[in-house]
Amino acid sequence: MRPLPPPIAGWFSARGWSIHPHQQDMLDRKDAPCQLLIAPTGGGKTMAGFLPTLADLADGSHKGLHTLYVSPLKALAADIKRNLTGPITDMGLPIRVEDRTGDTSSHTKRRQRADPPHILLTTPESLALLVSYEDAHRTFAGLQRIIVDEIHALAESKRGDQLMLALSRLSALAPGLRRVGLSATVEDPAAIARILARHPDPCEILLADPGPDPDIAMLTTETPPPWSGGGGRYAIPAVLEEIRKHRTTLIFHNTRAQAEIFFHHLWLANEDQLPIGIHHGALAREQREKVEQAMVEGRLKAIVCTGSLDLGIDWGDVDLVIQVGAPKNVKRLVQRIGRANHRYNAPSKALIVPANRFEVIECTAALDAVRAHQLDGDTDHTGPLDVLCQHILIRAAAGPFTADELFAEIRTAGAYADLPRKTFDRCLDFAATGGYALRAYDQWQRLVQRADGQWQLRDPRSTTRIRMNIGTIVDADKMQVRYQRTRGGAPLGEVEEYFASMLRKGDTFLIGGQIVRYEGMREMVVEVSRTPTLKPKIATFMGTKFATSTQLSDRILAMFRADDWPGLPAHTREWLHLQRRVSRLPERDRLLVESFPHDGREHVVAYGFAGRNAQQTLGLLITKRMEDMGLNPMGFVATDYATLIWGLDPLEDPRPLFTRDNLVETMEAWLADNAVMKRTFKGSAIVAGLIDRNQPGGKRKTGRQATFSTDILYDTLRKYDPGHIMLDITRAEAMRGLVDFGRIEAMLARIDGRIDHARLSRVSPLAAPLFLEPGRVPIAGSADQRLLEQEAQRLMAAAGLSATLS
Amino acid sequence: MNNLPFEFQGETLHLLPSGALYWPARRLLCVADLHLGKSERLARLGGPILPPYENEETIDRLSHDIATTDPAEVICLGDSFDDLAASRALPATIQNRLTGLMAGRGWVWVLGNHDPGPVDLGGTCRADHRAAPLVFRHIAEPDARGEVSGHYHPKARIVLGGRSIVRRCALLDADRVILPAYGAYTGGMLCDRPELACLFSPRAEILVLGPRPMRFPVAHSSMSPARRNPST
Repeated sequence: MRPLPPPIAGWFSARGWSIHPHQQDMLDRKDAPCQLLIAPTGGGKTMAGFLPTLADLADGSHKGLHTLYVSPLKALAADIKRNLTGPITDMGLPIRVEDRTGDTSSHTKRRQRADPPHILLTTPESLALLVSYEDAHRTFAGLQRIIVDEIHALAESKRGDQLMLALSRLSALAPGLRRVGLSATVEDPAAIARILARHPDPCEILLADPGPDPDIAMLTTETPPPWSGGGGRYAIPAVLEEIRKHRTTLIFHNTRAQAEIFFHHLWLANEDQLPIGIHHGALAREQREKVEQAMVEGRLKAIVCTGSLDLGIDWGDVDLVIQVGAPKNVKRLVQRIGRANHRYNAPSKALIVPANRFEVIECTAALDAVRAHQLDGDTDHTGPLDVLCQHILIRAAAGPFTADELFAEIRTAGAYADLPRKTFDRCLDFAATGGYALRAYDQWQRLVQRADGQWQLRDPRSTTRIRMNIGTIVDADKMQVRYQRTRGGAPLGEVEEYFASMLRKGDTFLIGGQIVRYEGMREMVVEVSRTPTLKPKIATFMGTKFATSTQLSDRILAMFRADDWPGLPAHTREWLHLQRRVSRLPERDRLLVESFPHDGREHVVAYGFAGRNAQQTLGLLITKRMEDMGLNPMGFVATDYATLIWGLDPLEDPRPLFTRDNLVETMEAWLADNAVMKRTFKGSAIVAGLIDRNQPGGKRKTGRQATFSTDILYDTLRKYDPGHIMLDITRAEAMRGLVDFGRIEAMLARIDGRIDHARLSRVSPLAAPLFLEPGRVPIAGSADQRLLEQEAQRLMAAAGLSATLS
Repeated sequence: MNNLPFEFQGETLHLLPSGALYWPARRLLCVADLHLGKSERLARLGGPILPPYENEETIDRLSHDIATTDPAEVICLGDSFDDLAASRALPATIQNRLTGLMAGRGWVWVLGNHDPGPVDLGGTCRADHRAAPLVFRHIAEPDARGEVSGHYHPKARIVLGGRSIVRRCALLDADRVILPAYGAYTGGMLCDRPELACLFSPRAEILVLGPRPMRFPVAHSSMSPARRNPST
């Protein structure tokens, strides 16, 4: 057993503390090239990660950067700084700790590169930026350890891939660098270990005592949940009651819009004036910081929040977590529960509030899964190529390189360990020349090969452009929202550009828990004023939408097989019985298809239970087939369980819609032309560096004629360069992301042609909630042109004009 | 034919699905804002390396329209090239195709703000082109009559039952027509922006492109009265 240096040991004993077994384990094996610690929240995970560093630095002999700490959230880095600086000061250790995020001043950032602290706390994006500097080798010389916190939140995401590529660079700059991953409970630690370790180094996995089972239940209310919707408003009195009974309550929502609406109504019902705050990623930094500060100081009874508070930020005395709306996968539920009660060995307490009747079923299934200790499995992860293309540019910004060395370096990242040389060469060619079949204007290529074979930037000034475009998170275009300047112009947050473009002067919407009135747009800022209105037009900015996991879907379908559901609340039980009477309940090995007229249109519902993304793709595939059959589909909407399609003509026989013949072969042709692919293309094109997200000089898109849509680039590539690497990347990306083709194939294989068509005279009980789902996808087919022409006729006639000839 | 015929200054003009304007009485074809050489210019300036196929695509469209209308005269209404250097860097294949299209017909390059100088491709270069009762120029002038121009790349948003469709369009009133951008790599400006809206009377119409171009009254588009006045 490795002893702690006296100042640290003294600090522990002065407090009557002893270190946890897994903390001692980490210390004992501190020289291992790679370690992964799996521990529940509150298990002293962060201290376990830092103890070896503190022990190394205790004698004050190390010069320069020793440990780099990377967390997925800026707020987490700031939080850790607070939690480290206190003990370090108390122990009297000669250790300098600093953080570096997008919020750090440029002066401090410059200084940190020349004179780095012993411990630097940062985010994947800030690290990628650091690695892109010409002096990176000086900054990182002597680096001993890197700690990746909350690695479960980064694994299998592009941010994680970018981080691991940056680590491959660091391992080259600082040989002997040891890696440490800290993770919450996950199903498959080995998958994370593979991504974390420098390939082919081994990675030790340490499992801390998981602690007692959580105390978790569904919140029962006097009012039953509504038939549809996602807000959970009906439960507000019961939620307020729980807030009163606990010290601090976190109330999680699945989307920002839902958090906003819930907070608004919670506040209206809050007669005791309990201090309650709201926190989500679309709020302005100033707003978020105010809430974070209040929380740290224990001034809040409750915080309404989204995923932005999802990670292990250690603040406040949280003793209850309320999840509003069904958790889309079990793993996320367990991690959220971990937020409560940051005391090791005390059970966490959580309540789930189903937002509608279907979610009563989903919540029941999720609770069963938690009690059975069944987490959702991880899938194999191969590194995406758009992130690789960006990494090549980042490497180029740091100075000349040889292709062989860079290739070898990249293959040390677990997710890229099997990257073929040919694929790497294509990515390098893309970064250098654009990678087009037509070799046009080669004199302007981005990277050039020198006489000695090394690659370098043609124009050194392009480093600015590369650095400004670092990052893998591609959001919908956002616009800032501020109060009008006459009121100080305080920033409130941001909304999607599309939402902003639909606003008219006088419209009201919710942001930061307040209703504001749209006044106008000034230089790409949405200006608003305060308004006494009580009913807002709802903001459509959304948090990330997750698809329900396969495991949860299967559990629900298994529940449907029962004759009765005594465990469900009476209202939900009756609803399922009614569905069984009127139509039937979906089954795991069959596909239920309902069709019925409603509101002047024909409707089809397919209950595939394949998750939101796959159901969405199914919508695209089916509507394409319906278009070919002349049924004039007009649009569809997908949930995790079903796809609802509406159109002009009734469906007679659903079987041709779901045959697997030529499905894979024609899939590509079907998808090539639709919005999902174009959206995926845009994201990948930005990450890969085909188009800029930011331009030097802070110039922003202004909606003027100068910029054109990425859809045009996508169409052009398809027509003139169908073998281009960006199209391959888009296809691969869409297949596993928005398209989720694997789950469609699995579903079609499972049902194997067993389709039950229920032709109904009206909407079925299970289908009714689908009509209130947001996110309707229009089909740009023949129905579109037909309706446009009808509308033109009507309007021109109304205006006393003819639509075809004047 | 899916062309949209309309009356302007006593003449019958046709808007083609591509966004070109055809004047049968004069056998005159007019296209605005080709922006040839855009990807070359961006790469030259150190910007993104876009797919270098926009020239091909634009010339394909133009060849198709010339083949179907067989015009005696073609007017390119300015910003035909993304800049002067782009016109000189035009690949030989594209130059040859252009020369082929120009053979046997009158060809006028009206100067735009992107290409303010003569090009070495034949044809005539002019600041504007008069063919009574119409005048063709790049940027609309205040108080002009019978004017056909480009420059703004107008597009329209039509709200249809809760969703909106954005397409390129021409704008038309008694005094002027503004044509949509014809080139492959061109963005658009919504026609409710003050720069555009202030040029037209409230009785103006929007001619929306598509497989069959359609006419809409201006009042129906996103041009709501509150946003038409540049001072608000």
